[in-house]
Amino acid sequence: MTITTVNQPSLAPPATSVGVVGWMRQNLFSTPLNGGLTLLAAALIYLLVVPFFQWAIWNADWIGSDQSACTSDGACWVFILARMELFIYGFFPTTEYWRVDLVFALLAVLIVPQFFERFPHKGWIGLFTLTGFPVAVYFLLVGGSFGLEPVESGKWGGLMLTLVLAFVGIVAALPIGILLALGRRSDMPVIRTICVCFIELWRGVPLISVLFMASVMLPLFLPEGVNFDKLLRALIGIVLFQSAYMAEVIRGGLQAIPKGQYEAARALGLGYWKSMSLIILPQALKLVIPGIVNTFIALFKDTTLVLIIGLLDILASVQSAIVDPAWGNVSTEGYLFAAFSFWIFCFSMSRYSQALEKKLETGYSR
Amino acid sequence: MTEAIEQVSTADDGLMIEMVDVHKWYGDFHVLRKIDLEVKKGERIVICGPSGSGKSTMIRCINRLEEHQRGRISIGGVELTGDLKNIERIRREVGMVFQHFNLFPHLTVLENLALAPIWVRKTPRAEAEEIAMSYLERVKIPEQAGKYPGQLSGGQQQRVAIARSLCMNPQIMLFDEPTSALDPEMIKEVLDVMVELAHDGMTMLCVTHEMGFAKTVANRVIFMDEGQIIEENEPEEFFTRPQHDRTKLFLSQILEH
Ligand SMILES: Nc1ncnc2c1ncn2[C@@H]1O[C@H](COP(=O)(O)OP(=O)(O)OP(=O)(O)O)[C@@H](O)[C@H]1O
Ligand SMILES: [Mg+2]
Repeated sequence: MTITTVNQPSLAPPATSVGVVGWMRQNLFSTPLNGGLTLLAAALIYLLVVPFFQWAIWNADWIGSDQSACTSDGACWVFILARMELFIYGFFPTTEYWRVDLVFALLAVLIVPQFFERFPHKGWIGLFTLTGFPVAVYFLLVGGSFGLEPVESGKWGGLMLTLVLAFVGIVAALPIGILLALGRRSDMPVIRTICVCFIELWRGVPLISVLFMASVMLPLFLPEGVNFDKLLRALIGIVLFQSAYMAEVIRGGLQAIPKGQYEAARALGLGYWKSMSLIILPQALKLVIPGIVNTFIALFKDTTLVLIIGLLDILASVQSAIVDPAWGNVSTEGYLFAAFSFWIFCFSMSRYSQALEKKLETGYSR
Repeated sequence: MTEAIEQVSTADDGLMIEMVDVHKWYGDFHVLRKIDLEVKKGERIVICGPSGSGKSTMIRCINRLEEHQRGRISIGGVELTGDLKNIERIRREVGMVFQHFNLFPHLTVLENLALAPIWVRKTPRAEAEEIAMSYLERVKIPEQAGKYPGQLSGGQQQRVAIARSLCMNPQIMLFDEPTSALDPEMIKEVLDVMVELAHDGMTMLCVTHEMGFAKTVANRVIFMDEGQIIEENEPEEFFTRPQHDRTKLFLSQILEH
């Protein structure tokens, strides 16, 4: 029997297993194949990514007001900055920009609380964002009341138009989608048939044709003199189209809720609407958050299709600016900017949904 | 709150549940064949029988989770018809505990308990939560109030489910195999709660194969087979002198192991 009286000293690990070198050995060069792939990837990064950043950042022109400022062989961001007003406000009258700014500011103020774990009255703020806010936006942007100058929707454009289309689409498609999904699972054959027909009809046609129909065909069927706004028609088309998709996503969630949940709710004396809104939908919607956000993201990007009926969203306004002969060849910069704008919003939605999913996890799996 | 209780209470003859000539079919399959059953206030009935004999179906007809197609069911003198208002009124007075608990996983234990009193009985939230806490104490898990069902053991979940039903202050409690999804060491804690409930005078219908529970608690044991009530007797008589051959066979099978 041996008794150790002196503690073994704690030694530093061998240099080959820690630090940058150790990490590289374990992760990048663990096998010859891995090492080869690492070198290949490094070469690709060097050949593609480095030149891109050189073009986009190091060699780019940032300051100036017209084509003459773009002298280097890098990107001409001067063009984007100079035309920023067009990309954000479309053809909104310059004197009325503050109305759009106010809408953006309101939206930001309303959305920020949703990213915090605990924010006082978060639920009410959320509810206002979905109900009161759109009404306020309507009066602010459309004008014609409260002493605001009316701005016809033909002058709307750029980022502002994209956001209006996406926001209205999202806010309206979700509740309509929920109702359609519930209707499709209803016990009442008439309601079920109506919902099935509606969903299948809208899912079966491309959004482009919906938009064409809304802008070209609908006026033919309307009586003489009745003429409602092109933007409104496009919006209705987008909302109906998206709500059909939303309905199917939500139906998937409803189907995943065990029968026992419906029975327990009914056994407690909860009626249909209370069972649905308090018990079933909260669980079903949580299950399909990824699907819902996926639909939102698709919707956000699809809004750009309105350019085919002559509404200038952010992509279309970039396109119209590119062809301006006052600038050289700036199409790469323009399209990159448009893509980046879309990406920012879609990526935020995706991150938000992941955070939401994590927050709603209550550890129940059966 | 009082109004509903007045409407659904014992009928003049003291009957809480009255089933007369009740039949039910699933498609062509005749599940319930002429069920006649009378339950008085405060009676405790245990229902047993082989799998598929229609026990669940029968007690689920009492709160209309299943619809019967012939005959008459009255709860506290109110007949169960297609009338939705009527059905909801009866469900408020009839609590049900399921084999698989069916707690609402997205709500905490306290929220599970307070939900129906708040939304169905219109009890103010603070009061409903106070009542909920008192029932959680009765089932001996007040310290779990803030947890989610997924964080509790099976026995704890079933006790929460019992408390959830009790929060509605029901006149009748239905139990559908409340212990058969539980590990053996958790069965007792749930049965203890049920025994206590029986001592408090609750009218209970309980589908279970826990014969010890039947012997100590039940006023009557009902044996069902193939959709019929085959035999009905006091527990003492039922277990020592079963009349029907099928009852004897069933008892010998479940007492074997
Ligand atoms: N929704 C349904 N559709 C068709 N048949 C059904 C349905 N529910 C139950 N059944 C059938 O009715 C019969 C009675 O079912 P029930 O659930 O009442 O039996 P049980 O006595 O409770 O059995 P167990 O002890 O297994 O719970 C069974 O044969 C079952 O297959
Ligand atoms: Mg059963």
